[in-house]
Amino acid sequence: MDSAVAVAARPDRLEGFLKALDPSTAEIELAVDGIHCAGCIATIEREMGEFPGVVQARLNFTDKRLRVAFRTADANPTALIGRLSDLGFSAHPFSPIRKDDAADVEQRRLLRALGVAGFAAMNIMLLSVVVWAGHDTGLDAVSRDFFHWVSALIALPTAAYSGRIFFDSAIAVLKRGRTNMDVPISLGIMLALGMSVIETLNHGEHAYFDGAVMLIFFLLIGRTLDQAMQRRTRAVAANLAALRAESVTKCLPDGSLRDMAVDMVQPGDVIVVQPGMRVGLDGVIEHGVSDLDQSLVTGETAHQAVRAGDKVYAGTLNLSGLLRVRVLKPYSGTLLADVERLLAKATEARGAYVKLADRAAQLYVPFVHATALLTFLGWLAYGLPWSQALVIAITVLIITCPCALGLAIPAVQVVAAGALFRIGVLTNSGDALERLAATDSVVLDKTGTLTLPSSEIANIAALPPTLVGRAARLALASRHPLSAPIAALAPAASPYPTAREAPGEGIRACDHGQVLKLGSVAFCGAEAEADRLAEIYPEASMVGFSVGDERIVFAIRQPLRPDAAEAVASLKAAGIAVEIVSGDRSRPVAAVANGLGVACWMAGATPSIKVERLHALRSGGRHVLMIGDGINDAPALAAANVSMSPVSATHLAQAQADFLLLGQRLSPAASAIRIAAKAKSLMMQNLWFSVIYNLVAVPIAISGHATPLVAALAMSGSSLVVMLNALRARQAGQKS
Amino acid sequence: MNVLVYLMPLALGLGGLGLAAFLWAMRSGQFEDLDGAGWRGIHDPDDERDQT
Repeated sequence: MDSAVAVAARPDRLEGFLKALDPSTAEIELAVDGIHCAGCIATIEREMGEFPGVVQARLNFTDKRLRVAFRTADANPTALIGRLSDLGFSAHPFSPIRKDDAADVEQRRLLRALGVAGFAAMNIMLLSVVVWAGHDTGLDAVSRDFFHWVSALIALPTAAYSGRIFFDSAIAVLKRGRTNMDVPISLGIMLALGMSVIETLNHGEHAYFDGAVMLIFFLLIGRTLDQAMQRRTRAVAANLAALRAESVTKCLPDGSLRDMAVDMVQPGDVIVVQPGMRVGLDGVIEHGVSDLDQSLVTGETAHQAVRAGDKVYAGTLNLSGLLRVRVLKPYSGTLLADVERLLAKATEARGAYVKLADRAAQLYVPFVHATALLTFLGWLAYGLPWSQALVIAITVLIITCPCALGLAIPAVQVVAAGALFRIGVLTNSGDALERLAATDSVVLDKTGTLTLPSSEIANIAALPPTLVGRAARLALASRHPLSAPIAALAPAASPYPTAREAPGEGIRACDHGQVLKLGSVAFCGAEAEADRLAEIYPEASMVGFSVGDERIVFAIRQPLRPDAAEAVASLKAAGIAVEIVSGDRSRPVAAVANGLGVACWMAGATPSIKVERLHALRSGGRHVLMIGDGINDAPALAAANVSMSPVSATHLAQAQADFLLLGQRLSPAASAIRIAAKAKSLMMQNLWFSVIYNLVAVPIAISGHATPLVAALAMSGSSLVVMLNALRARQAGQKS
Repeated sequence: MNVLVYLMPLALGLGGLGLAAFLWAMRSGQFEDLDGAGWRGIHDPDDERDQT
């Protein structure tokens, strides 16, 4: 997530994102939000292309990134971003620093290897068909040898180039004293090629060059699919990071202020946090009084009053006063200390999970090698010369080479991840699907997960409209986050010209000789009304408004996600236990839990209590999905069997989550479990199919009847069956 | 079978041509934006209605 360095759009700050093409032109890459169709592509490229100074604009629809080359004398990135914003697309600069990262290089290498293997497989198969047909039509031995030699000439360099992907992985895993699928694959390829060369030298009838190359080709398809899925995930994740640009205002030694990216601030620097801004880094307050909304950090919705000397944490929202904060930790170390410790422990515990593919490999490899050895010894005992017995043993290894097994899991993962993406769930890791499939308990965080990150006025229906209208007009002048839902009600009015901010209290204005006040309950003298409302809306924050003697109080709360009840109901209908574990006070949690019909809930949970609860569930044999968004949820996300975060979650939570919910809706979580279960069953079907395939093919090979033709048919046939079966995972997504 | 002397190199040459075309397409970035290529294909630049 942190690969993209993002900053606010200020001209002087965007220098670092430019790539100089030549002395007078530069290029910038922008992550663009809101692109849906061909019309968007055309609009953006045309408008940007016509922008003065722009040389070329090209949009990558897959990655949702726009690359613009422009003459530095005539255009600047801020103006480009401004133009995009006029068109209705929000854009943020995307750092070119890590663009050519290892994964991109790996993907290109895979594609090249796939191309070479495809070319070789086609040509060798062409020659092989001639040889097979020749067995019946009397192809002379010289021509057959010639065809074999040409095949060898193509197959050996191909294996050296394309097969290296498997060889490298097999060597790496063997060095660590373990085994995976690449070990039998590499062994099979090498034995097939070696035996074929010797056969050809001895003018033999059967050479397996086609089988070896086809094996490489099919398995590379599986690898490429796998990479393509990961690439899409990376692209979306990196765009999210850029779109949620984080910057802080640093106070320079001469007293001037300067905006900069959070990761450019050093410990010891002083930053200024204005009301309505998030605290960017952990630090100590040097000067100022304010209230902080810590819900993203602790889950607690009650606001905390802070003053000079108090510690503040990154991610908290400054509500009322201007704060000067001395930074204690650099961006990378920004974390509550106990969260950090818990996280390290929880991540260790997760490591115990063994992927389905690796478990299959652990059973498969010894079995296959033992069968080959027994075949060799058996034929030797029967009285065959050792060279012939060896050939038969090697054909056993070739025909059991896990072609279908290598595709069985990645093919399903790719199709299922695509189905999940269409319902708005981004898959972070392939094996997460297997873990999600077994889910029988869901633990939900409340703040930011069951509720939306934005606010609404709970008691709006009970308030007199005329007063609300005036309050809304006054709220227009305030930057306090709590005034945003009130200001949204303003009937296209301009703010009162006399509006003045009263730091730490609220905002006041004069209108027709009356004094209007909007702000804290005490500021407006509305304590009695606020106490009454607190009984009804325990989870809400109170904002007072007074005109002369008239007073009203707005109860502002974070509303439930529109489909939270539906999501909980469908989880329960699927037989999954649902519980809420929140860091908030017990009354608001109880209110939400009752509203959703969740009987099991826990309030006031610190990060370590959340982790304990998950451990308790897991040791009770439950398979737990944790859904959470806050920094305080991160250890719990890591401690759960599988985890999910809404897209509005903190970086830290997203980094721990296996899945991201891309929209505002929560019910895709329930659908995701269903798709994962379907995917898991398809994976198991594919694995069982591979077992059955081997039950049929191995006896043929042991009896010495596995000619190259049989091997080619068996291997390609089984791979196709497995791939077609994987496509059924699409249907699971369409049904939802 | 003398025909093989020029048919073989021809077959391999044609296959090699395909491979070269694939590698060229990859190098020139044609696999960078697979979804976008599909959308661009159905977009009619003369159609003014979808221009905002």
